[in-house]
Amino acid sequence: MASSTSITVDVDGVTYTDDVEPRLLLVQYLRERLGKTGTLIGCDTTNCGACTVHLDGVSVKSCTMFAVQADGHQVTTIEGLAQNGKLAPLQEAFHQCHALQCGFCTPGMIMQSASLLKENPHPTETEIRDGLEGNLCRCTGYQNIVAAVKSVADGVEYDESGVSVSDDLVDDLAADGSERTGVS
Amino acid sequence: MIPSAFDYAAPTTVEEALGLLSAADEAGDEVKVLAGGQSLIPVMKLRLADPSLVIDLGRIPSLSGITDDGDFLTIGAMTTHHVMETDPLLATHLPLLQMAAGTVADPQVRHRGTFGGALVHADPAGDMLAPVLATGATFTVSGPNGQRSVDAADFFQGYFTTAVEDGEILTSIKVPKYTGWGAHYEKFTRVAQQWSIVAVAAMVRIQDGVIAEARLGLTNMASTPLRATATEAALAGCALTQEAIAAACAHAAEGTEPASDLNGDAEYRRHLVQVVAKRAVMKAAGLQPDGLKRTRE
Amino acid sequence: MTTTAESGPAGAGRADIGRNEIGKARLRKEDAHLITGRSRYTDNMVLPGMLHLAMVRSPYAHAKITAIDVSAAKASAGVLAVLTGADIAGEQGSLPNVWPVTPDQKAPEHPAIAVDEVAFSGEIVAVIIARSVAAARDAVELVDVDYDELPVVMDLEEAFTDKVLAHTTLESNKSATWVFDSAEAGTGTSVEDALADSEVVVERTLYQQRLIPAFMEPRSTVVDPTGEQITMWSSTQIPHILRFALAITLGIPESKVRVIAPDVGGGFGGKLQVTPEEIITVVAARRMGKPCKFTETRSESLQVGHHGRAQVQRLKIGATKEGIVTGFSVNLLADMGAYLGLITSGIPILGAFMYNGIYKFPAYRFECNNIFTNKPWTDAYRGAGRPEATFAIERMMDELATELAMDPLELREKNWIKHTEFPFATVAGLEYDTGNYEAATAKAVELFDYEGLRAEQKRRRENNHPVQLGIGVSTFTEMCGLAPSRVLGALNYAAGGWEHAQVRVLPTGNVEVVTGSSAHGQGHETAWSQLVADRLGVPFENVEVLHGDTQVSQRGMDTYGSRSLTVGGMAVLAAADKVIEKAKVIAAHMMESSEDDLEFANGAFTVKGTEQSTAFGEIAFAAFSAHNMPDGVEPNLDSEATFDPVNFSYPHGTHLAAMEVDTETGHVSVLKYVCVDDVGVVVNPMLVEGQVHGGLAQGISQALYEEAVYDDAGTLVSGSFVDYLVPGAPDLPHYITDRTETPATSNQLGAKGVGEAGTIASTPAIVNGVLDAVRHLGVKDIKMPCTPSRVWHALQEAKTSGGVQ
Repeated sequence: MASSTSITVDVDGVTYTDDVEPRLLLVQYLRERLGKTGTLIGCDTTNCGACTVHLDGVSVKSCTMFAVQADGHQVTTIEGLAQNGKLAPLQEAFHQCHALQCGFCTPGMIMQSASLLKENPHPTETEIRDGLEGNLCRCTGYQNIVAAVKSVADGVEYDESGVSVSDDLVDDLAADGSERTGVS
Repeated sequence: MIPSAFDYAAPTTVEEALGLLSAADEAGDEVKVLAGGQSLIPVMKLRLADPSLVIDLGRIPSLSGITDDGDFLTIGAMTTHHVMETDPLLATHLPLLQMAAGTVADPQVRHRGTFGGALVHADPAGDMLAPVLATGATFTVSGPNGQRSVDAADFFQGYFTTAVEDGEILTSIKVPKYTGWGAHYEKFTRVAQQWSIVAVAAMVRIQDGVIAEARLGLTNMASTPLRATATEAALAGCALTQEAIAAACAHAAEGTEPASDLNGDAEYRRHLVQVVAKRAVMKAAGLQPDGLKRTRE
Repeated sequence: MTTTAESGPAGAGRADIGRNEIGKARLRKEDAHLITGRSRYTDNMVLPGMLHLAMVRSPYAHAKITAIDVSAAKASAGVLAVLTGADIAGEQGSLPNVWPVTPDQKAPEHPAIAVDEVAFSGEIVAVIIARSVAAARDAVELVDVDYDELPVVMDLEEAFTDKVLAHTTLESNKSATWVFDSAEAGTGTSVEDALADSEVVVERTLYQQRLIPAFMEPRSTVVDPTGEQITMWSSTQIPHILRFALAITLGIPESKVRVIAPDVGGGFGGKLQVTPEEIITVVAARRMGKPCKFTETRSESLQVGHHGRAQVQRLKIGATKEGIVTGFSVNLLADMGAYLGLITSGIPILGAFMYNGIYKFPAYRFECNNIFTNKPWTDAYRGAGRPEATFAIERMMDELATELAMDPLELREKNWIKHTEFPFATVAGLEYDTGNYEAATAKAVELFDYEGLRAEQKRRRENNHPVQLGIGVSTFTEMCGLAPSRVLGALNYAAGGWEHAQVRVLPTGNVEVVTGSSAHGQGHETAWSQLVADRLGVPFENVEVLHGDTQVSQRGMDTYGSRSLTVGGMAVLAAADKVIEKAKVIAAHMMESSEDDLEFANGAFTVKGTEQSTAFGEIAFAAFSAHNMPDGVEPNLDSEATFDPVNFSYPHGTHLAAMEVDTETGHVSVLKYVCVDDVGVVVNPMLVEGQVHGGLAQGISQALYEEAVYDDAGTLVSGSFVDYLVPGAPDLPHYITDRTETPATSNQLGAKGVGEAGTIASTPAIVNGVLDAVRHLGVKDIKMPCTPSRVWHALQEAKTSGGVQ
């Protein structure tokens, strides 16, 4: 049995020090040791992106990192995104645009979208779609996810009626008019 | 989903890393060197690799970064794809590498995955191999007897096999500048997040309205990346038209030995590489080829 | 959204249904915990002393197990026990198949852990029980199994010949043959005669590739055997059926089993199953006396979770020269895989009634041979039998249009049921209640710019453009709202098709709705809240929907077959109506008036013609305090109802796809996708659109991306997400969706069901579009998925066979 290593990691604003086996994946450390079960595991080949978290502010797949590699670093999970009880804009936008159904891809989608907007605050539809290429969703067909991300980039403010914005707005948000395919 | 147990070491200098490798060799440990881990960790999770010791290069600062060395850029082996796709030096002097880095896997993987890691992993479908080959870069490898240099042409030796020996690590890649050259990395996949079925790295120097010089690398057309030398020769002096470039790129399958798999058989790949090469060269030359646009261009 | 002229405004004439909530795009009640990471998926569950399981699986697709040595695994650190099939042979039973489609259906025994023989790669041969997942996983490699390999049969058409048998215990690979003949059923004439007399007969063999549902949450099960009941949490669509199945399979009294489906990360039919892993986890937990958990890896999920589709369709359609269809003959080989899962055998039969689509065919015959192969078993996957049927008829209509040199829309219009002809008794024996194919098609054609795209297609053909354009048409219908129990009985299905609901009124006037339809992403909590808020006149926010726990929702038939609203929703409304009836008695007593003088609206009873009224909340509190109840009236407002539909519902729609084919690379891309669906009256348009989007993605993906591929030895080659291509955001188009609305008559709301519509309709639209782009180059067919390689090869073959015109 390989020896354990002591690590100190800041996760969602709290500093944790733990002994971990080197083979423990970051996602397993988050879920099993810290109880951060909001971060989910959807595959074993680094394809689905459900486990996406931020490491020092940029998105990474926490299933493709050992916990020991996070020693001394800062991790933000979906559970650390809302501040002072207020949803982050992307969380609100996913709700408003019906960008989730079963919810399993959602934490990873939101975390990757946040990273995407940080690197490119005003993406086109194509850039949003490309920026989410490492996150699979089986429920939504992606259109409303694209709209949600776009709405945050566009600074759309939602009312509190509890009723979704019109389909037209969501459709407009998801399509920025640029032909994504077509003859060049 | 859970790798076999292993011991872990995270050296902070290259010397320390080499010492650990040497000690492991004496102890008979099976060692894997961990760079970004984006290929290694998945195969460990599937238990297709079961090292007894993992040496993590992630805590050696000197291995990361891009520096301007006159006629060359020196790229640290642990420089991430994300840094490469956003680096202004690369954008100016080696746009081919910058573009290719932006096509690797997905953004999360590019945040972790490294240039050197991808090169040493040497998956023939990997996107950084052919561009590096096309540039004629030189690889700096450190070992117990000090540093040695390996030409790109000699670096890739077979499926997942390079000139880096046991006990050695790739520390940096010295790439000649191609300032002012047109460049394009054309990648063909079925879905965005997929290894290249075929891809072509192209650089062209345009002079007097023709292609004066071209350098082409082919991805996934053999067990190693290949230079498309016959196509390069045919492109020299080639007019900037679709027809002329297509005629030159009809040589692109020469000397290739592509595999057959779920995404296409060898015959298809031999055809496809000609089309992809044509499009890569045209785009490198600032022309718009016919054909369906792929995403991320 | 528009309504068709025939139906008038949505739900017109249904004054009994309040319109405050129905039709409103209410945001989802389900979202808050999912967007903040407070989710409760099964694998999140941790219980004291919980043990972890890992499965030892056969690498061979067909072999005899000659010996198993578990000693090294047992001695491995952290391992508490290792169980083989022989160890639990007396208690594991045989996994249930509840749909013997014919009286003489053949099926092998199906133990959760194989005892003597394995019949597909990945079948479980032992289970490790350990203190951690890592320890369990480590020990898997230490189990030494000796196999004697047996010949495998992987190809469906080869399996049909019985040259190689998938099971040594069976004499044939044929499980059952099921036939529907319109002449015999009295619903039409003889197909044989019709085809013999037809001026044109088109004969094709089409292939439905094997698909993997690939829900995002890998399946997970936790079983807690402590206490007097066994409690199972499972990532399942069917907690109620699972409870019943566990009881009968394991011989545990049903009353001692509680099944909870907490947050479930998608299903699409893939979690409509009673799995070996669930049975094994119960057995392990009972043996160990401790909670046990099993969570599959993605690779395991792809390898052994049940698959879908997998049919060979041999089709013949006859017509007059004018394009009037005279008869349709369907002969299927349906791949069961190695075993019959819960409803494996019935999946193709669910399609049997839909091969005539929206058309008026005078003669129809359907024959299906259910065949065993050495692959994982197939079962429900989004649409379950109906996508296969719709693909067959919609592809054939295009083939026929080509043969007759007719516009595919024109051919369809000549044959479809006119909106004035409903209700319509079909040749397959169903009664379509309502629909308006003209309206949906007209709207789709307009949104699509059909003429403009045809003109563009012509231009590209004329100038021999390397990127050709094709237009794919699919005008579909499906049967939803599974199902009238009497019909299921006639089809030999073991259970009924009803749904159950309770409405419980709390002292504060808040309302709890208990539903037997267990959601896993569809948004039932939101939609059911709208239904009840509307009916009882209480605020949407004051309704709480409870589901997915057999102890809370004791009766239910769960979620599949686009049945939740049309069956489960009706049960909710019926229960709410009973609450109103109960409340009326108390209200009359409180206001000292006659029940006959009361009317209920906006959440209050009013004495007709007066201002005197009593609010629902006041009655709720009166029933709770019970200080002043009328004689003989029980002091509560709770009610329950079970709804059994009298008919299926028949959503329909017209889907149009503009497909670009790069003739140089074979790459295919969706230029424009328009769908106009008629799903009847809509409770929440936002949820409906979401269902359509997701359905389209899966249907498009069948056409272009997905396929479970095996090698000759029986190993799944596309065994991870690296090779089983689930499309990402860049790979799918922007969908243009719209609706028309003709209310269903089979339920009081007029709803039809939407869960599967997009999937069913889109696959043939895409493939028809691809073929339309390259047919003029001599291409006759391209198997799904239409990969670049296949498209390019098809173009090459057309060239060499001189097909270019």
